[in-house]
Amino acid sequence: MSTSSAIIGWKNLTLGCAILEPGSSRKLKTGEWRSQHPVLDKEKCIKCAICYIDCPDIAYSQNEEGYFIADMTYCKGCGICANECPKDAITMKMEEE
Amino acid sequence: MAKRVGMEVSLGVSEAVKVADVDVIAAYPITPQTHIVEHLAELVANGELDAEFIPVESEHSAMSSCVGSSATGARTYTASSSQGLALMHEILYIVPALRLPVVMTVANRALSGPINIWNDHSDIMSERDIGWVQTFAENGQEAFDLSIHAFRVAEDHSVLLPVIVNLDGFTLTHVVEPFEILDRAEVAKYLPPYKPVQRLDPEHPMTMGAVGIPEVYTEAKKQMEDALVRSKSVVIQAWKEFGDLFGRYYHPVETYKTEGAETLLLTMGSVSETAMTAIDKMREAGKKVGLVRFRLWRPFRFEQFVEAVKGIKNPAVMDRAMSPGGPCGPVAAEVRAALYDQPNRPKVFSFVAGLGGRDVQVSDFEEIVSRAEIYAEKGAPATYDLIGVREI
Repeated sequence: MSTSSAIIGWKNLTLGCAILEPGSSRKLKTGEWRSQHPVLDKEKCIKCAICYIDCPDIAYSQNEEGYFIADMTYCKGCGICANECPKDAITMKMEEE
Repeated sequence: MAKRVGMEVSLGVSEAVKVADVDVIAAYPITPQTHIVEHLAELVANGELDAEFIPVESEHSAMSSCVGSSATGARTYTASSSQGLALMHEILYIVPALRLPVVMTVANRALSGPINIWNDHSDIMSERDIGWVQTFAENGQEAFDLSIHAFRVAEDHSVLLPVIVNLDGFTLTHVVEPFEILDRAEVAKYLPPYKPVQRLDPEHPMTMGAVGIPEVYTEAKKQMEDALVRSKSVVIQAWKEFGDLFGRYYHPVETYKTEGAETLLLTMGSVSETAMTAIDKMREAGKKVGLVRFRLWRPFRFEQFVEAVKGIKNPAVMDRAMSPGGPCGPVAAEVRAALYDQPNRPKVFSFVAGLGGRDVQVSDFEEIVSRAEIYAEKGAPATYDLIGVREI
């Protein structure tokens, strides 16, 4: 859900602003907020999954090779994964124009 | 026919909650509490009431538990008072925002300091804007009846808001009064089982209590307020049906000997009965006085109130709470607002009395009336009078 789709009149809100649809946070594309993004060095990565566990936006998922890769639709560039990586396999790079 | 018994009013309220067949009670049983939840715990323990009693670790948790319980579709009740209500404050706003029909009894008592848990309206006047429907009982029978009425209003699908029934701490909660106790079968005719419109259910996942960003918050508040304003008609209709079934009729604004009255006392809660005695005495002495009592405090019934005070010269409001640094007592402020747009509006005189359990007597009302008459003639003070305060 982008901010613009929340602009509806009060008569159209659900009762008590309940969210009736499960998994609706998928629609909140937090990747739009990002000013930097994680870059993985596969040479250093031991596939420990700490980035996957610690990511506050659940942006990480495991690929076919077993590496954990952040989905840029949701990664908001907080850098927690880079900070927590025990092998310093993740570095944050500035977004470029 | 309902049986007439003598019973402590707190226990009477517990009996009302029992016959309303609640599912969950969450309460923190420590001072300032009343015997209401203590007796409910007994009723659950001895099998008279098939409900879950959650003895939580604070009043904040009590109301939080009520939110969770009501969200699952359970008929939910709690009682609180004074500091306990103050500790609930944060959660109180969330209940109507989520449109949960929790019912709570508030035994009105002072807030510290100095440390004081005797009767006044300080606790509830701090909770004016929480978005709950609020009624005030004048005696034990009313406390019983309004408790049943509260569930009926709260759970109405066009309302779905929490309701507070206010009754004066000690003055009502700790005294024995005669009243008619309705049984379950009689109440069932009035109060059908609660059918939630939506509830937390693992089979049909949904989210309650999500973030309301600036683009949503205003609309969310508007939706809740609209329901509160519209609840008026349900409150009144539910009182009418209660009267038709059980013979006791209630109205948002009650009047007593207002015909031909020039000075009008305005009260809320149990002091109204003392005020009636004072009115009788003053009428016998030839004074043109009357009484208006507010039973429905939120939503405030401007229309009915304005009708009740039509043609009155000197309305004198007796508040049982202060608004320190403010222009007058909290109820007086609302009364002034209600009358401001009326043609030939009268001056509204504000009096504060009965703070922290100080007894309000017939002579206090006589004092208020005589001061109001003097102020009407010679002009009133800019703020309010604190009745009975010792100057030296």
